[in-house]
Amino acid sequence: MLEIGFFYIAATVALVATVMAMTRANAIHALIYLIVSLLAVAVIFFLIGAPFAAALEIVIYAGAIMVLFVFVIMMLNLGEKGDKQERQWLQPSIWAGPAILSAVLLLELLIVISQTAGPVSVTAVSAKEVGLALFGPYVLAVEIASMLLLAGLVGSFHLGRRYLERDNLEKQGDQ
Amino acid sequence: MDGLNIPLNHILLVSSLLFSIGMLGLMIRRNIIFILMSLEVMLNAAALAFVAAGAHWGQPDGQIVFMLILTVAAAEVAVGLGLVLQVQKRFKTLDMDHANRMQG
Repeated sequence: MLEIGFFYIAATVALVATVMAMTRANAIHALIYLIVSLLAVAVIFFLIGAPFAAALEIVIYAGAIMVLFVFVIMMLNLGEKGDKQERQWLQPSIWAGPAILSAVLLLELLIVISQTAGPVSVTAVSAKEVGLALFGPYVLAVEIASMLLLAGLVGSFHLGRRYLERDNLEKQGDQ
Repeated sequence: MDGLNIPLNHILLVSSLLFSIGMLGLMIRRNIIFILMSLEVMLNAAALAFVAAGAHWGQPDGQIVFMLILTVAAAEVAVGLGLVLQVQKRFKTLDMDHANRMQG
């Protein structure tokens, strides 16, 4: 019973942290809330019997991807001016329409969910089983994932390289 | 953790709520960094649904799809943040409404 209580606590933390992340004006504050949300989802993964997914969620999502965000926000150096502009954009007149539309879609989703799946107990899936399936029937997916990561690497290197080169050229032009 | 009785409905409920919040964030924000964060939330919600379904049937497939979603999220964020730097450099703003010309 204790674990079920933990599940509801973690779910509440995840939802509250995500709402806070989506409504903050300061990008770093939003990012910290997002990290809390990801950690709460990792707790849910652990409780529903997916410890390997929980570890990956913390290491890759909360660790690597969020650090990438932190570095880019630090490089952009937005400051107080950016905060003021964000607050100006976050007026109720702007978010009321989208909120109603996504609430309607959420309602449809909830009705569908409540009609189909019934309550069933959750069983743990160990990392060993995941590994066996990953390099057995899903080995082609691993190859495709590696090609996707390579494409992401080349793409981000290309974009970042031109960013750096432009910087150098402008400095030379100033001299 | 065997024999734990968390209703699958409730996990899917959390997942769909997270997805809706992410979609709302995607629609109401104009800053490209917040748009990328909302995309992360949406991908994470989808991953939660996959892992919950995999755990429900006791199969590892859900966690494998979770890993593929993780790969997609990582590649997307790397390219997206590279684009953020370019947009900031060219338009001197992160407002996506200003970045509507393909040729800078």
